[in-house]
Amino acid sequence: MPRDKAIKKVLVIGSGPIVIGQAAEFDYAGTQACRVLREDGIKIVLVNSNPATIMTDKNIADSIYIEPLTLTTIKRIIEKERPDSILSGLGGQTGLTLCMQLAHEGFLEKNGVRLLGSSPEAIDKSEDRQIFKETMMSIGQPVIPSVIANDVQTAVDFANETGYPIIVRPAFTLGGSGGGIAKDEAALRDIAENGLALSPISQILAEKSIAGWKEIEFEVMRDRAGNAIIVCSMENFDPVGVHTGDSIVIAPTVTLADKEYQMLRSASLAIIQALGVEGGCNCQLALHPHSFEYAVIEVNPRVSRSSALASKATGYPIAKVATKIAIGYTLDEIPNAVTGTTFAAFEPSLDYVAVKLPKWPFDKFVYAQKELGTQMKATGEVMAISDTFESAILKAVRGAELGLDGLDLPRLSDKTDAQICELLNTVTDQRLFVLYEAIKRGVSIDDLHIITKVDRWFLSGLYNIKAASVRRFPRLDGTAKQLIYKMVDTCGGEFEAQTPYFYSIENGTENEALPFIQRSNKPRIIVLGSGPIRIGQGIEFDYACVHCVWTLRSIGYEVIVINNNPETVSTDFDTADRLYFEPLCLDDVMSIVDIEKPVGVIASFGGGTAIKLANKLHERGVKIIGTSADSIDICENRERFDSLLEQLGIKRPRGFSVTTEAEALSAAERLGFPVLMRPSYVLGGQNMIIAFSAEDIREYMKIILRQRQENPVLIDKYLEGREIEVDAICDGTDVLIPGIMEHIERTGIHSGDSIAVYPAANINAEMTASIFTITEKICKALDTRGLINIQYVLFDGEVYVIEVNPRASRTVPYISKVTGVPMCELATKVSLGESLRGLGYSSGIAKIPPYVAVKVPVFSFEKLAGLDTHLGPEMKSTGEVLGIGRNLDEALYKGLVAAGYKIELPCSSKGAGVFLTVRDSDKAEIGDIAAKFAQLGFSLYATRGTARLLESRGFSVTAVEKIYKCAENNTATLLESGKINYIISTSERGRDPAFDDVKIRRKACTLGIPCLTSIDTATALVSSLLSGYGEDNTELVDIAGLCN
Amino acid sequence: MTAYLALENGLVFAGASFGSQKEATGEVVFATGMTGYLETLTDPSYYGQIILQTFPLIGNYGVIPEDFESPAIGARAYIVKEPCQAPSNFRSDGIIDTFLCKHGITGLCGIDTRALTKIIRNHGVMNGRITLTPPTEADFALAKSHSLSDVIAAVSCRAVTKTSEGTYRIALLDFGAKRGITTELKKRDCEIWTLPFDTPAAEIAKLKPHGIMLSNGPGDPSAPENAPIVRTLKALYDMGIPIFGICLGHQLLALAMGHKTMKLKFGHRGANQPVKEASTGRVFITSQNHGYAVIAKNSSFINVNDGTCEGLDYGGSFSVQFHPEARGGPLDTGFLFDRFMERVSIYAKG
Repeated sequence: MPRDKAIKKVLVIGSGPIVIGQAAEFDYAGTQACRVLREDGIKIVLVNSNPATIMTDKNIADSIYIEPLTLTTIKRIIEKERPDSILSGLGGQTGLTLCMQLAHEGFLEKNGVRLLGSSPEAIDKSEDRQIFKETMMSIGQPVIPSVIANDVQTAVDFANETGYPIIVRPAFTLGGSGGGIAKDEAALRDIAENGLALSPISQILAEKSIAGWKEIEFEVMRDRAGNAIIVCSMENFDPVGVHTGDSIVIAPTVTLADKEYQMLRSASLAIIQALGVEGGCNCQLALHPHSFEYAVIEVNPRVSRSSALASKATGYPIAKVATKIAIGYTLDEIPNAVTGTTFAAFEPSLDYVAVKLPKWPFDKFVYAQKELGTQMKATGEVMAISDTFESAILKAVRGAELGLDGLDLPRLSDKTDAQICELLNTVTDQRLFVLYEAIKRGVSIDDLHIITKVDRWFLSGLYNIKAASVRRFPRLDGTAKQLIYKMVDTCGGEFEAQTPYFYSIENGTENEALPFIQRSNKPRIIVLGSGPIRIGQGIEFDYACVHCVWTLRSIGYEVIVINNNPETVSTDFDTADRLYFEPLCLDDVMSIVDIEKPVGVIASFGGGTAIKLANKLHERGVKIIGTSADSIDICENRERFDSLLEQLGIKRPRGFSVTTEAEALSAAERLGFPVLMRPSYVLGGQNMIIAFSAEDIREYMKIILRQRQENPVLIDKYLEGREIEVDAICDGTDVLIPGIMEHIERTGIHSGDSIAVYPAANINAEMTASIFTITEKICKALDTRGLINIQYVLFDGEVYVIEVNPRASRTVPYISKVTGVPMCELATKVSLGESLRGLGYSSGIAKIPPYVAVKVPVFSFEKLAGLDTHLGPEMKSTGEVLGIGRNLDEALYKGLVAAGYKIELPCSSKGAGVFLTVRDSDKAEIGDIAAKFAQLGFSLYATRGTARLLESRGFSVTAVEKIYKCAENNTATLLESGKINYIISTSERGRDPAFDDVKIRRKACTLGIPCLTSIDTATALVSSLLSGYGEDNTELVDIAGLCN
Repeated sequence: MTAYLALENGLVFAGASFGSQKEATGEVVFATGMTGYLETLTDPSYYGQIILQTFPLIGNYGVIPEDFESPAIGARAYIVKEPCQAPSNFRSDGIIDTFLCKHGITGLCGIDTRALTKIIRNHGVMNGRITLTPPTEADFALAKSHSLSDVIAAVSCRAVTKTSEGTYRIALLDFGAKRGITTELKKRDCEIWTLPFDTPAAEIAKLKPHGIMLSNGPGDPSAPENAPIVRTLKALYDMGIPIFGICLGHQLLALAMGHKTMKLKFGHRGANQPVKEASTGRVFITSQNHGYAVIAKNSSFINVNDGTCEGLDYGGSFSVQFHPEARGGPLDTGFLFDRFMERVSIYAKG
């Protein structure tokens, strides 16, 4: 069927901020979708609250709304833009849920908007657990015995019938949040209660545990004619019990004989036919390891994280094809973009394996629970392609930036054999390494299989790695073997492919990249990507890389991308001229440099991952385009940086570098508490704290030294002041500052976790001039060619430099979009020798648009049990949203709503309360906040100390006991009572989950009560409450028309 | 131990020997299935060929006799990138290496299988010779001159046998039948008589079959020695008994009906071939293994990739180029057996 010509204008909903369970894959999917729509001449209205996305670019969509992804806002956008259709399957769970709400309410029908892709009935059949179960039973597909419960007792009764363990899955939550495995009734009651609270429809699924079965996934594609194909099969390394997002995954399946494979393949097709899904769909199945018994786990009737993985693992562009199907095409009409000669109606055949390894945030969150279960905890992932499992898993580990070049985890080496065996009993982020260590200690594969249920095939692979003592690939062993590159072509070599998408193997005779290189008649540049998404390095860097690539291509370069993150736009095979899906490690990169012979490498857009390679590549004689490797080193080397600033007469907080606890204590004494401590070479404030006492220093040094920190620890005087952030572009002569941002929170909270306001609201012309002058001095002194990000603190009327990063920062997409200055494009051109003046810009601060833009961080705290939600110098946010408004109040309101804060005033029918518990240093300021809350009609509750203070100021306040002091009536019971709408909780010490304050904050997180851990954030929130903005009276800003 | 593949165009691949350590000559064909290596190895249609697997890891789930499509290995040699030494599957009963040894089949591993696949894709299928010493001129000459004849005779059964009881009597002409075909018919209440390839039409008619099944098999359908079979099929067709042909059976029936066949450059061998049913426009993913195709205008099924004929419908009789019995490969077109049975039951009722 040809495309439906009635479709002229489509609303595409993005997935919002990056959170655990919903990462960059939806920008990749959404961007592909938009390109398909554009190719067909369809107008696109895009809404996404996440500014760091390619899909919200002007060259992707026609009208772009960076607005909160709430029902009210979407409705208003539909009323304003009048699209004829809406695309549901590409915006993750967030987008799908919104579409379904609109459909169920009859809003779409009333406004004449068609839901493209699967029908609401089809989506309900897959999403509603009861209907899904009934549908499966009606077509004879086995499901796991389970019960849908709206209360705890139903789950307990079911468990008494079927026996424990029982798995609890809350309905309609992301990444399985709030779920868990209960081994007994007490645990079940606990998990069920939590799950019911988290589910937006207060519903959980309690099911019999089939832990230990093989977990198999199929990515299925179906068109409206009923043609259905399997794009990719995947097998989890970790058996059922670990969320698939937290499992190592291999594609295709490896331990299934054809008979089992076809049985599950047919089941998946039968399921997608019965559900009537149109587009991409993911079927998760469990297979008993010793029989043909299987069960359907779940189906996602949309493009998912797995589909991004499957797309990159096979070369089959799932989102693109799903969109084509949504606008009417059938599979046999859609060309296979990889071969150019065949069609989408086929099943990819791989002649390699692809291995996915999750990236967890536990390197930063030392106190977070590391056990893996039904709730996803990984923030991102890497994929590695090779011709064996062994080399693929080694590549994946190398590329995951764990500081490892093999499977030896140093910290396991001093464990006893008994300890290693004990560690095998729990699944954590270290499972792979524990298994390897056990193999090294001689534990048999059979024993390991019995304990862990990991299939012997995978264990044998690990054994082979041990037997070969493969640490990394042979080049490093001195054999200087050149890797050769093979192509991902969807068809196992059966047809000639057009797409230059490569991976390396160690043994082979034909290097398929060479003909492409020989054919090339343009200068070549390699752009280094940013690797897996993790805290501190998110989707923003992929955005920057993609823009750099586009710019280079537009000015006549042939561009090569190296990256290993399957979720991203940069690893879409048609972003660059050639894609090497390889780890961003020195030798892997050098191997590509050796054959590509580029005129240079660009390392300044791929975040810390890329920049840390700059110096090493430079040492190997590779030309680094842009700011020199030496200047990059100056910024990261403490002594060189200090002497540069001194030379320039620029102030910075005084500090020292230390290597031992004793040195740290004496340094702190000299500087005076509080002090800021961090390892040199940090990313996202990794392991960064503010120490208020000698005790804090001891605790910190113990943790940091345990991690075998090779570089010294930096210890600085902590200055509490206003934090300013600047992104600038320098061509060596002129310095352009597209925007100066101001943080709502004072120093002490990591810039990535602060609410950032553009344009800075509280700095005067004199201060602005001073910031410009200092920025200019630093830029010129470093001979910057391209982007630079500088963080300042204003303290006692003086400007201090905190940090300088001579590269693209996480605020680049946000500022580019709001100011209209194409920062990555300019930076790329400037780094190649063009001048800002030549490009139509000049020195100074760019013109300020008539809007205020506020970036609000978003956290995934509900997924990370045990983690203190208190903000500090160590970054904790996983993503961000943007609020754009006519004034600060409006922008802030939008930003907070987009970030998920409920901005609700008390009303006559329903009272509201705010609970306050603050550290001594905040007590002076809490009065003003309390006054505003009281004025708005909130009841005040506080812990003893805070309550005393507020009473002394004349407030009426209810004092609450600490948890350990009173079992019946304490802070925890208060939160559970539902009387509290907001919590303001600040404390000097945090981190350790045993502290009362941490418990309160965790409780708030579980209950979904907004908890503000900084006085400044609280002030912002209350002023937003006071501002009178609501979802109905904000201006909807189309940023496509903003900066012309 | 080092082993070599000498291709008739003069190229040499050096790898390691596995399976039976002996020289072997045959036509090198590549198969793209990622599972189903046991079914591939035991498929008689590969008789005399050297199979090259494009998926690099072969033998992962070991050796499972109940999945064999015939008792023997059809191919003469097997080329894989990495044969698995430690397979894992609850039904596994051995490793691929010893399985090949047991059947005296030569194995070659550790070569750049993708490079070899691309050579065959670009130059078309060609003969090759696996040697255990560096290939000499004589080896290349052997590869070049190698040809097989009477391949159907080599794999067909020798005597008439009744393999199952059931309501509908089916005469299965065995050109090298996969077990999957009889399995599918058994499921559908058939009394199956398996007949040697050269059973005359009159003999077949004596059985009073309600339907005739033409199996898959090896070789060029238009080979001169197949002329008697083609005549038999024409005679059977004229008797009005419903015929269902698969793969070689499809090609031979087409020849009987006046069509011509051609050799494909590198054939279709894999589990991911899309075919479109002309009457409905529906696309199915099929299992295929053939090096020749029928030249026809009014195909009932067409290959989506290259437009070649994938099926013909003659009214009471019909045939397909692909394998609805699957094994290995997708089960999506198993309904064709039901379609056959509908015609058989109508015929049986008279």
